[in-house]
Amino acid sequence: MARINLDHIRHAYGVRLSAPDDYALKEVHHEWDDGGAYALLGPSGCGKTTLLNIISGLVQPSEGRILFDGEDVTNLPTQERNIAQVFQFPVIYDTMTVYDNLAFPLRNRKVPEPEVDRRVREIIEMIGLSDWAKKKAQGLTADQKQKISLGRGLVRSDVSAILFDEPLTVIDPHMKWVLRSQLKRLHKQFGFTMVYVTHDQTEALTFADKVVVMYDGEIVQIGTPAELFEKPKHTFVGYFIGSPGMNVIPARIDGRTVEMGGQTIDLGFAPKIASGARTELGIRPEFIRLGRVGMPVTISKVEDIGRQKIVRAQFADKPIAIVVHEDGEIPSEPRVTFDQASINIYADSWRVGGEA
Amino acid sequence: MQKTWNNKAWFMVLPVLVLVAFSAVIPLMTVVNYSVQDTFGNNEFFWAGTEWFTEVLESARFWDALQRNLFFSGVILAIEIPLGIFIALNMPKKGLGVPFCLVFMALPLLIPWNVVGTIWQLLSRADIGLVGYSLARLGIPFNYASDPLHAWITVVVMDVWHWTSLVVLLAYAGLVSIPDSYYQATKIDGASRWAVFRYIQLPKLKRVLLIAVLLRFMDSFMIYTEPFVVTGGGPGSATTFLSIDLVKIAVGQFDLGPAAAMSIIYFLIVLLLSWVFYTVMTSSDAAN
Amino acid sequence: MKTHATAISTAQTDAAQTLRTGTTQAAERRPGTLPLPARRTKAGVAWLVPTLYIVFLMLPIYWLVNMSFKTNTEIMSGVSLFPQTPTLRNYMVIFSDPSWYKGYINSIIYVVLNTIIAVSVALPAAYAFSRYRFLGDKHLFFWLLTNRMAPPAVFALPFFQLYSAFGLIDTHIAVALAHCLFNVPLAVWILEGFMSGVPKEIDETAYIDGYSFPRFFVKIYIPLIASGIGVAAFFCFMFSWVELLIARTLTTTDAKPIAAIMTRTVSASGMDWGVLAAAGVLTIIPGALVIYFVRNYIAKGFALGRV
Repeated sequence: MARINLDHIRHAYGVRLSAPDDYALKEVHHEWDDGGAYALLGPSGCGKTTLLNIISGLVQPSEGRILFDGEDVTNLPTQERNIAQVFQFPVIYDTMTVYDNLAFPLRNRKVPEPEVDRRVREIIEMIGLSDWAKKKAQGLTADQKQKISLGRGLVRSDVSAILFDEPLTVIDPHMKWVLRSQLKRLHKQFGFTMVYVTHDQTEALTFADKVVVMYDGEIVQIGTPAELFEKPKHTFVGYFIGSPGMNVIPARIDGRTVEMGGQTIDLGFAPKIASGARTELGIRPEFIRLGRVGMPVTISKVEDIGRQKIVRAQFADKPIAIVVHEDGEIPSEPRVTFDQASINIYADSWRVGGEA
Repeated sequence: MQKTWNNKAWFMVLPVLVLVAFSAVIPLMTVVNYSVQDTFGNNEFFWAGTEWFTEVLESARFWDALQRNLFFSGVILAIEIPLGIFIALNMPKKGLGVPFCLVFMALPLLIPWNVVGTIWQLLSRADIGLVGYSLARLGIPFNYASDPLHAWITVVVMDVWHWTSLVVLLAYAGLVSIPDSYYQATKIDGASRWAVFRYIQLPKLKRVLLIAVLLRFMDSFMIYTEPFVVTGGGPGSATTFLSIDLVKIAVGQFDLGPAAAMSIIYFLIVLLLSWVFYTVMTSSDAAN
Repeated sequence: MKTHATAISTAQTDAAQTLRTGTTQAAERRPGTLPLPARRTKAGVAWLVPTLYIVFLMLPIYWLVNMSFKTNTEIMSGVSLFPQTPTLRNYMVIFSDPSWYKGYINSIIYVVLNTIIAVSVALPAAYAFSRYRFLGDKHLFFWLLTNRMAPPAVFALPFFQLYSAFGLIDTHIAVALAHCLFNVPLAVWILEGFMSGVPKEIDETAYIDGYSFPRFFVKIYIPLIASGIGVAAFFCFMFSWVELLIARTLTTTDAKPIAAIMTRTVSASGMDWGVLAAAGVLTIIPGALVIYFVRNYIAKGFALGRV
């Protein structure tokens, strides 16, 4: 197990670099705790797999250093970094049996055979393929193959970190839940440092202690699921996490008050905003109360999704979403109030602090 | 893929059937016809039964040619398959080098077979050939026309030159279809270069290698033109392979009966050996 | 909500940009590209193997070209790496004599004829094999393939008699038909491989959209397997172009292939090496041109749709 330091890392795939935008991965400088479970979350092409491959050593960063437990491993090849990685699509050794597939990473590292046997049996039990141990891996289903890939990632007990690159894409939904909770349990049991790449927020939020949200080659926020929900640092985080995402409304800040389309709200604090910055107010649909008091809105649509209703409405000429309890009433002359504590203010898309 | 039962599909196969019947079945029937008859000219034929077959199978000449041919195919496969895989493994996978390599490597495959023979004749002759001359200057009197060993070396090297690229291209096509994540996984698993080859590349190459082995076996077993141009089957009968011998008997001596009987035996041997190769190479799949 | 829209659109342009420059993890996963560190360590010697091999392949061809620019006196007087007195005489002999250069035209005519016949009859058959089960299909397919295993030497004489009977000796079509013996099975087999890679749903969707079979086949299916057709045509061209035994047996003068005409260089006054070399060089050129045009498809083509 290891603490991972990402020291001023930047990466570009091309050779010609003229602008900061040429970097597929913009500067990353963070320390990840030993034994933490991190999820890298972001849309396709945001640089999350690049970051993962930099950690595993499959990609060498153009700039910066990477340290495991304070030791510089930037120039070490993958083999010597002592990490495990599970890929999006199953990688199995067709000609080997399921057992030999799992034993492969151990045998390559000259682990004594009794120890190999013990570890493999343990893992094969966990992924539920005991009955297939002596079968060739070739004929298995995609599900089973990916379980073998997962198993190969978990079989070594001494790894610095285990990396997952969207490993559950090919697994069917029911099995996803089972495997994810198994991973979670393993993490609790053995305290591996785990890094998990995904574009699925549910997966990220349920798996990780800390979620690393990436956008456009940058880490925009690292936080617990609750932090990401309550205090998104960037409008992108607000939009990406949560369903529906946070409402972001252009607003004018004046001292302790904010003004949108003729409506003013008291913030309870005075955000410090550089002059000329584009300012917006962010509020999650869950924290908007729909009732007969407050600011007027025009309702355009109501979506019933079971235990909740999502109300689509026009507020200050902008579309917003409001979450209403399933038997919450929708008045004929609807008005809304924002929960003051849950309002976030953004200047040029970045959150402006006010709580301190 | 799930296929539907439809006997009307026969109509789509019909053109192929007619064409192949014309270019294969009718000639083959002619051969069968000759193989059981005897003639003294004037288009008069007599039933000869299995006489020609017995004659061919009892002649040392046939067995010698068969032995030479088997040995030749064995040598060819033993050299070209590993060499072709080795070269394919070392080929660049992207960049300008790829089309460059492919174009040059494919070139020998598109040279008419007798021109291949001519090229090697021009290269190996001691008087005017670069290689033959150079060897002579080094004190090695190289003469493929009089020394059976030299003739064999020339024919084998010529075939390696001519056909190894086919194995290279097939193996290369198989290699580039392996997804990157396989190589990444082997690194993570700490696999050696050999293990990568043994457990990733070789299994993925199996299908194309089956094609390569079959094609190389069939074509080397049916070889005619190239050695005919270079050595004419000589010196003596050192490089007289089955095809060369067959043409000698059929066209040179016009012994239609024995030639036809030999043709049928020859064809059956190719079929049988191809079947053996196919069965052996796919047997591990069936066992699964 | 406007910011979200811009956020998404910038994310998209960003992805598009990185894709265009061949980056991002998606591009990185493309098969056939070795990961970076491997490339770095191997680069030292990896180029050596293909280079040596290409040198070995090119040496005999270089020698042929070298000879084709020499006079016979120079050829016979000893070995030199470059022509001392370069001459175009050998090529002039070929280009000024119809009986020489018509050989090239003959070869090209029957090769093209054969390619067209083989591919066009193979298309419907390959479709049938890839989509339908029918009485005796497997046996038929296997029997077709066995024809590829028939030694040409076996067929030389019966071919001669068969085409004599039809009065087709010394015609281009005779050679083109005879070469179908091994090219049709090959074309069927290659095309079947490519067609099996096209999902059947495409056919069904087309029928639901109201396409008739012939219209569907020509308008939708053929463009889909265009690369397969190209590969099949390439292989037919190749095997027809390089074959000599049958081509020579079936022709005497009017359709005689260039490869057979080359034997003429033996004459009473000895061997005309220079012209032989020049003729050899000229037989390599069509093949080289074909390869050059398909260079970007060779790797995919040799997979024969079956990897």
